Amino acid sequence: MIKNKKNTILGFCALAALFLVLFVLEKLLPTGSMLFVVLKKGAIYALVAASMNLLNGFTGLFSLGQAGFMLIGAYCYAIFTIPVQHRDAVYQYFDGGLIQFTVPVVVALIMAGLAAAIFAALIGLPVLRLKSDYLAIATLGFAEIIRAIFQWDALGPLTNASNVLRRYPLFSSTLFPFIVAGICIAIIVLLINSSYGRAFKAIRDDEVAAEAMGINLFKHKQMAFVISSFFAGVGGALLAMYQTTIQANAFKSAMTYEILLIVVIGGIGSISGSCIASFLFIACSEWWLRFLDAETYIGAFKVPLLRSGFRKVVFSIVIMAVVLFYSKGLMGDKEISFQGISGFIKDPFGLVSRRKKKTEGVHIDG
Amino acid sequence: MADTLLKLEDVTVQFGGVLAVDNFSMEVNEGEIVALIGPNGAGKTTAFNCITGIYEPTNGQISFNGQVIASNYPQGKMKKMYASQNMGKYTKVVKHTPDIITRMGIARTFQNIRLWNSMTVFDNVLTAKHMRAKHNVFSATFRISHVEEKRMREETLNLLEEQNLVQYKDDLATSLPYGLQRRLEIARALATEPRLLLLDEPAAGMNPQETQELADFIVQIKEKYDLTVFLIEHHMDLVMKISERIYVLDFGRLIATGTPAEIQRNQRVIDAYLGVAEDA
Amino acid sequence: MDFINQNLPYILAGISVGGQYALIAIGYTMVYGILRLINFAHGDLFMAAGLIMIYLTASLPLYIAIPLDLIIIAVLGFLIERVAYKPLRNAPRMSIMISAIGVSYLLQNVALYVTGGLAKTYPTIPWISNSVTIFGATTKVVTLVTPVLTLILVVALVLLINNTKIGMAMRAVSRDFETSQLMGIKINTVISVTFIIGSLLAAVGSMLYFTNYTAVTPISGSMPGLKCFVAAVFGGIGSIPGAVIGAFLIGICENIIKGLGWTTFSDAFTFALLIVILIAKPTGLFGEKSTDKV
Repeated sequence: MIKNKKNTILGFCALAALFLVLFVLEKLLPTGSMLFVVLKKGAIYALVAASMNLLNGFTGLFSLGQAGFMLIGAYCYAIFTIPVQHRDAVYQYFDGGLIQFTVPVVVALIMAGLAAAIFAALIGLPVLRLKSDYLAIATLGFAEIIRAIFQWDALGPLTNASNVLRRYPLFSSTLFPFIVAGICIAIIVLLINSSYGRAFKAIRDDEVAAEAMGINLFKHKQMAFVISSFFAGVGGALLAMYQTTIQANAFKSAMTYEILLIVVIGGIGSISGSCIASFLFIACSEWWLRFLDAETYIGAFKVPLLRSGFRKVVFSIVIMAVVLFYSKGLMGDKEISFQGISGFIKDPFGLVSRRKKKTEGVHIDG
Repeated sequence: MADTLLKLEDVTVQFGGVLAVDNFSMEVNEGEIVALIGPNGAGKTTAFNCITGIYEPTNGQISFNGQVIASNYPQGKMKKMYASQNMGKYTKVVKHTPDIITRMGIARTFQNIRLWNSMTVFDNVLTAKHMRAKHNVFSATFRISHVEEKRMREETLNLLEEQNLVQYKDDLATSLPYGLQRRLEIARALATEPRLLLLDEPAAGMNPQETQELADFIVQIKEKYDLTVFLIEHHMDLVMKISERIYVLDFGRLIATGTPAEIQRNQRVIDAYLGVAEDA
Repeated sequence: MDFINQNLPYILAGISVGGQYALIAIGYTMVYGILRLINFAHGDLFMAAGLIMIYLTASLPLYIAIPLDLIIIAVLGFLIERVAYKPLRNAPRMSIMISAIGVSYLLQNVALYVTGGLAKTYPTIPWISNSVTIFGATTKVVTLVTPVLTLILVVALVLLINNTKIGMAMRAVSRDFETSQLMGIKINTVISVTFIIGSLLAAVGSMLYFTNYTAVTPISGSMPGLKCFVAAVFGGIGSIPGAVIGAFLIGICENIIKGLGWTTFSDAFTFALLIVILIAKPTGLFGEKSTDKV
């Protein structure tokens, strides 16, 4: 118990330090720096990946509907926050749209989550009875249906049909997505470590046993599905803020696949893994591998292959390598802990402990 | 005479054209240890699965503590195919999912161990306490019900101590030796606070020494937790030693019932096991 | 009669697309029947067949390009299975599905790199690109050729599965993977053959499909791919006649919906159909029920 408390305090200190560093960085570096792009987008993807991990990694429900729930969240946020004076310009084909009021940003974020959650609750009833890959394809299907509905002309006064939504409030500081995503991920972690989180894992490990031990399968699956969708909705709203404009057509299944790959790279069943992986993923795709897209000359020699699009090829090969050779991902199902970090510093590749285990084994046998 | 706790009336389970359980009636009284035996494929586990709500009977009724927990009659396609008796005797349909039945007070173990593999021994038992805990998802997430959580953890620790599993509490369930995994499954079932404990071949794969220990253990937990025990078993020494009454199934049909001594002398039982009468 | 006259072009297009979908759907249904895997990369393989054809015809005559395209796609399908799926044979089902998503991502990105993100125009294959007029509706010959060719190929495939040794092995493996292995069936060969057949049919499908819709982009495969999977589920996954019937049905419905002016919903309709089917009859029209043993 004391150890636990110490860890909590350490955790808070680390978080405080992180925010301080961010704050200082924002003051020091130019605002256009790639670092901030990565940090903002990374934080948003971390939240969405964590929400997907809650469902796929901890409850064992293979759902591919994440993009659809993000879309609902993004639209809900935008629809309720575009300032009234801009509505005529945004909804130019729909007489300024249906809704003529706005709500504060925080309220809109929560509404975005709730809208996604309510939709999840509605489709959960039929969909969650399906098993593994059928569930995957059905949720994927629902995401596609949502995408079509949001582009429907008849809903134009609300969704602006297939035109973009814009001019809603954005965030100016990198701290904003960090704080929102941080709170949401903290709640996900608390949930996972609670009695309900254990029930989710029991369902993942063995449904039959879970049900025989009194865990109501449908209720708990529905719960995981709705909560995961809530946070995907909030993530979608943050993404809308980040992108400055949104359009339903961008929320394709490719987006879900990207998030799924982040979850896999981080380790299915590890929230900290999802967070690390999302920053790495975004950093690689938006920043570190950019040089692969540029035609490069060393003296008069043109480096072969390098041209637009090569980055994504390399990137997908790396991802395939991870999927095939490190199927546990970066973290497996472990979480980052201070003991873990200090252990890693003392004994980076487990050489010492492996040796120690061996001698211990001998000791026991003898 | 003690009260009847579990009652099966004319239970029939038919898969397609196969009668897995054929018109089977039985009772288990409060505080008894009752065994269900029979050759492989006699329908014992199917009967268990009916009681725990995993399968539904095709015809017949099951009640627990005076309350009907499963009842069915042949309908639809099954109406024509139905191959057993007592058609039309039951007209009610009662169906419950396994979790509801566990909540009513029936807990079980599985023939092929079904522990939660990624969890520790401690968490396996703790998770089984989830059903009876007084909390909801909000109070649990935001630690409002931390007192409840603490109580669950203490009870789990006590349970593990009683089962002599406490030294393994932080090990993965799958890392335990086979015999201990079986015992952990029983501990997990006990964590749901049952009145009736169903054990599906608890001694499978155990040597005589371990079987002996298991027999003592079953009697001991029965006394301690005020349980009624209903078990399927192939180890005859275990069955004969601890059970008060025995039911014998063969090809889904009840062929004998009685005390261990009576069953041992019963010619039909001997024939069923040795396959003399019909196969010869 | 009026209704038919008005909608004839759409119905014809529907039958044609349906046949093309059927050829792709067979690949899904066969792979799923054997590996229990949704081969997400299959749609992208179909796209790749289109792209490779474009690049081949740029320098080679058609009578060489067509067989070469078929061979390349068959080899590609074979390689995908060997590299991305075979190592994961004993891994959880989720991993192998993620690997399939990874392959799909890779194929799309390679296509993006090669094409530079621009839509490429599919070459004109003589005769089947010609226009014909039937019942007053003008269409390409391919519209009429597709259902016929599809049926011929399907019949050939069914004969192959029912009457040859490899076909028998396929049926055995799809029934029980492990037992077949114990009985000495070389499952790796069977799986490879399955992928090669699926890929070949997808390549033929792509030739027919892109003759109608001539723009090939890196993502032209993903939506038809998903729809064909839906067709396979609709017909009962694992069943070849089921996949064919499902594909024709989806092709026709989709085009009628387009004809009614609901183009936005033509894709959504497919998925709505899928969800209805999954809920009402999860095993599809011709699928078999399976139960888990407790």
